[in-house]
Amino acid sequence: MQPQFKAIADHALLVTFADEISEAAHAAVIALDHAIATNPPEGMIETVPALVNLLVSFDPILTDHIAVETHIRACLTALNIQKVSGVQRVVQVCYEPPFAPDLEAVSNATGLPREAVINAHLAGDFHVLMYGFAPGYAYLSGVTPEIQVPRKLAPVRDVPAGSVIIAGPQCLVTTLMMPTGWSIIGRSPTPILTNDPDHPFLFDVGDRVAFERIDASTFARLTGEDAHA
Amino acid sequence: MPNAALSVAFAGPLVTVQDAGRPGNMRFGVSASGPMDRLAFDAANAALGNATGQSAIEVSLGGVILQCREGDVTVAITGGDFVVAHGAAETRSWTVLTLRKGERLAVRAGKSGSWAYIAFAGTLEAAEWLGSRATHSTSGFGGGALQTGQSLTVSDATTREDRLGDIERPDFLPTGPIRVVTGPQDQHFAPETVAQFLSSAFKITDAYDRMGMRLNGPRIELDGALSIPSEPIVRGSVQVSGDGVPTVLLADHQTTGGYPKIATVVSSDIGRLAQTRAGDTIQFTSTSSQQAITETRECAKRAADYLTHIAVPRGTLEQRLMRENLIHGCIYD
Repeated sequence: MQPQFKAIADHALLVTFADEISEAAHAAVIALDHAIATNPPEGMIETVPALVNLLVSFDPILTDHIAVETHIRACLTALNIQKVSGVQRVVQVCYEPPFAPDLEAVSNATGLPREAVINAHLAGDFHVLMYGFAPGYAYLSGVTPEIQVPRKLAPVRDVPAGSVIIAGPQCLVTTLMMPTGWSIIGRSPTPILTNDPDHPFLFDVGDRVAFERIDASTFARLTGEDAHA
Repeated sequence: MPNAALSVAFAGPLVTVQDAGRPGNMRFGVSASGPMDRLAFDAANAALGNATGQSAIEVSLGGVILQCREGDVTVAITGGDFVVAHGAAETRSWTVLTLRKGERLAVRAGKSGSWAYIAFAGTLEAAEWLGSRATHSTSGFGGGALQTGQSLTVSDATTREDRLGDIERPDFLPTGPIRVVTGPQDQHFAPETVAQFLSSAFKITDAYDRMGMRLNGPRIELDGALSIPSEPIVRGSVQVSGDGVPTVLLADHQTTGGYPKIATVVSSDIGRLAQTRAGDTIQFTSTSSQQAITETRECAKRAADYLTHIAVPRGTLEQRLMRENLIHGCIYD
């Protein structure tokens, strides 16, 4: 897959593998991200993997677009693009009230009973596509087609951190109190912002995610938060 | 060394603790944050002889009033043209003064500029997140936004009599249109639309915060795709939403987004863009990425020389009087 290079201002290169979202393009992004992490160009500040492209930002005092592009082209010739197979991460979810205010609506929209919606969510094959929107907001692909629902017409305010939300094929575990137009189907006690200085975010882009169902009493025990208080 | 204890008698919205920022975390959805006007922030630390990037307070147009409850500490105030009230004395930003126990310092919007910095001769205590005290305003992570009534501690506070007085302002910043490199999605805009973007005047709207500034000007027509696969954003990205309105993303920007970007502001022009205000009119001019690097390097060199220059202590009042007497003596001898 031959990417396009585009200079961004005086301090970054955008390496784009495709115009449209595809598994192949995302696999190439992750492969290049790993290759650059192993062998970073002089003066690089960071890389940012997204759906079809990788941003490589650098210090313009130390290097320039041409030098960075030359380095990345060398990485590309040796690139081994394989199906994404990151680390598997487990995220616990409680699907009980009051943590799942939109479960009923998803059930109505899909014609599936609540239990079937929950099981369909648990059966999803989730991968971390990219982070965005806010710190720790990891976009996961893999919501099974039978429970894919569109965004709401208007966002809901003050959705608590830890909410498990879905829209179309994507799923996300929120990390902050934020508005969202996605459907809230559960609450997770699993911290995405880990507070571990060596590994501050639970996922890396490309990781696989498995959701594990917990009941309200387990949630309360894990968080010290009583759902019905 | 002693601590100085300050209380925040008043803080407007978006008065935050900032340091040099936390680059390297964009892949986790975390923009670098740090000062909106990096040169003014660096100047505040340099004028006190502080290490580069020491935590300071970024003051918005909302202003701030600090009350010194314990200890004495010298502070440097830079950025824009803000009003600085110290006890009964009123001066302007780009000054160094000593705040003593019982005294009040107010920094509020003046004739121009959107952001001022208060640096301390000492260490401003603040919460750290991912190795930085810079406040990420949308999450509140890092040092945080100042709240009226809260206390601040400056540890190892010192007074620096040899640094008091006006700080020379930087005189090397360009004054013309804001320089951009077009793209990375300029192909989603007709050539005449890009030309119109580069030749039109835009007004800064009041939808301006640490995340970005929305502009008011001619509608920027999208040629084809209204959105693209969500992709990385940088500080300075000029994204165009579906209604044809451009927004310049700034220090606390989202890290990815699906709006096409018509252009990206060159890093050495971000600070002066950030110092504009709602109602101000700006224009953009296009430069090549190579030319932008050349200009940024030139600007960085001049900034380094300037910061070195203002970091030299001017001597105590006694020493300065002595020096002036000597000059006086030379002339009249």
